[in-house]
Amino acid sequence: MKTQINHSELLAIIDQLADQLMAAYPDVEKTVLVGIQQGGVVVSNLIHEALQKKSKGRTFGHGQLDITFYRDDVRNKILAPDTMHLPFDVEGKTVILVDDVLFTGRTIKAALDALFDYGRPDRVKLCVLVDRPEHRQFPIQADHAGQVIKAQRNDKLKLRVNEQGQAELLLLSE
Amino acid sequence: MQLSTKHLLGIKNLTSQDISLILSTAEQFKEVLQRPVKKVPSLREVTIVNLFYENSTRTRISFELAEKRLSADTINFAASSSSAAKGETLLDTVNNILSMKVDMVVMRHSASGAPHFLAEHIPAAIVNAGDGINEHPTQALLDAFSIQEKTGSLQGRKVALIGDIMHSRVAQSNIYLLKKMGAEVVVCGPPTLIPKHIADALGVSVSYNIKETLAWCDVANVLRIQLERQNQVLFSSLREYNIAYGISRQLLDSLHKEIVIMHPGPINRGVELNSDVADSKQSIILQQVENGVAVRMAVLYLLSGRTAQA
Repeated sequence: MKTQINHSELLAIIDQLADQLMAAYPDVEKTVLVGIQQGGVVVSNLIHEALQKKSKGRTFGHGQLDITFYRDDVRNKILAPDTMHLPFDVEGKTVILVDDVLFTGRTIKAALDALFDYGRPDRVKLCVLVDRPEHRQFPIQADHAGQVIKAQRNDKLKLRVNEQGQAELLLLSE
Repeated sequence: MQLSTKHLLGIKNLTSQDISLILSTAEQFKEVLQRPVKKVPSLREVTIVNLFYENSTRTRISFELAEKRLSADTINFAASSSSAAKGETLLDTVNNILSMKVDMVVMRHSASGAPHFLAEHIPAAIVNAGDGINEHPTQALLDAFSIQEKTGSLQGRKVALIGDIMHSRVAQSNIYLLKKMGAEVVVCGPPTLIPKHIADALGVSVSYNIKETLAWCDVANVLRIQLERQNQVLFSSLREYNIAYGISRQLLDSLHKEIVIMHPGPINRGVELNSDVADSKQSIILQQVENGVAVRMAVLYLLSGRTAQA
């Protein structure tokens, strides 16, 4: 296990992503940020915090999506669900889905299924901390990626929040 | 986290972790039920049979709705209109149904222990929807969910179960659950409707005084006087029951505090509950019904894993 991205590097990437999102989506009323449980929520919280500082509070609505009930392997392993919280109507909005690592694309596919049960957004964009493009299993790409990482198929990248409350990305090799 | 059991036969054999897991999962399903699309695809490859050997309206509808909200396929079976009336045994009926590739069985039966018997003989996951005078676990779970939602927690909560404790599977399941989750329980009713050794056997207190009981409790779960099970004369008349143990507005107003009123339904208005109580702001009877769907979704979801089946 080694640290792939430490906390201060991670915050620098978050800052870049926040700048990108501000420039790409000027209509803050019609845009919402939705983190995918659990790693994506950590990332979207950090992005939302950065956006609030940069824009003096005038920024996107913010929610969290849990995909437990939508996983394509749901019955292989029954998992307890996490909190779902979308405190806004997604109808007609631009929804920016946020996840920690984009890998096979299965999570995003499930997240899209879950999201559309809340209404019909105008468009859905994808923002990830880390992209691992060579292992994709679905035709899904990130619109905004903080960093591209090449790693072995069996390696796991895992976002962890340490005892001091600082997020970092770990590389777990087999 | 997963349940420690592959069937839900009763609260008696659940751990407090199992109960907490079901209740927290139900919270997420309650959120699902508020959305524009009130269903999730989780159980879309699962087929569930609702096997009702005893009449039921709300429990059957609640289970059926829960199954549909989980995208499961469902079949309904009512014993009165089936081959059971022609003399087929329970096991034969169920094996016939299972040979049509059914994954889960929700069962209500007038014989206590019927779902336990089935669980030993068939590979499908079984959910007890009420067996005789034994247990009605999903009712106790939805009652607990409703108490928790209304008052914050079960730990240390003072809950009174009032009425026909003797014939009530709801009372028995509630007592098991509330004790496991750290609540205090008093059962109250006429001596003829309270089992003699219940205090020692289940660790509850017994009271024959409705006013004292209401003054003590935070939550009063009022049980139905089961008119269909009153072949023996256990109290002299419904009117007298209402006078001695019925809950009226006047009685509640005399308490100087606001308690929560629950009832598993169907209510005998003017017997155990007067209308001015059943329809009051203190009553969470309709919330119980709403929560029933979410709780049953949680139970079915948590038991639906592939490894959960032999």
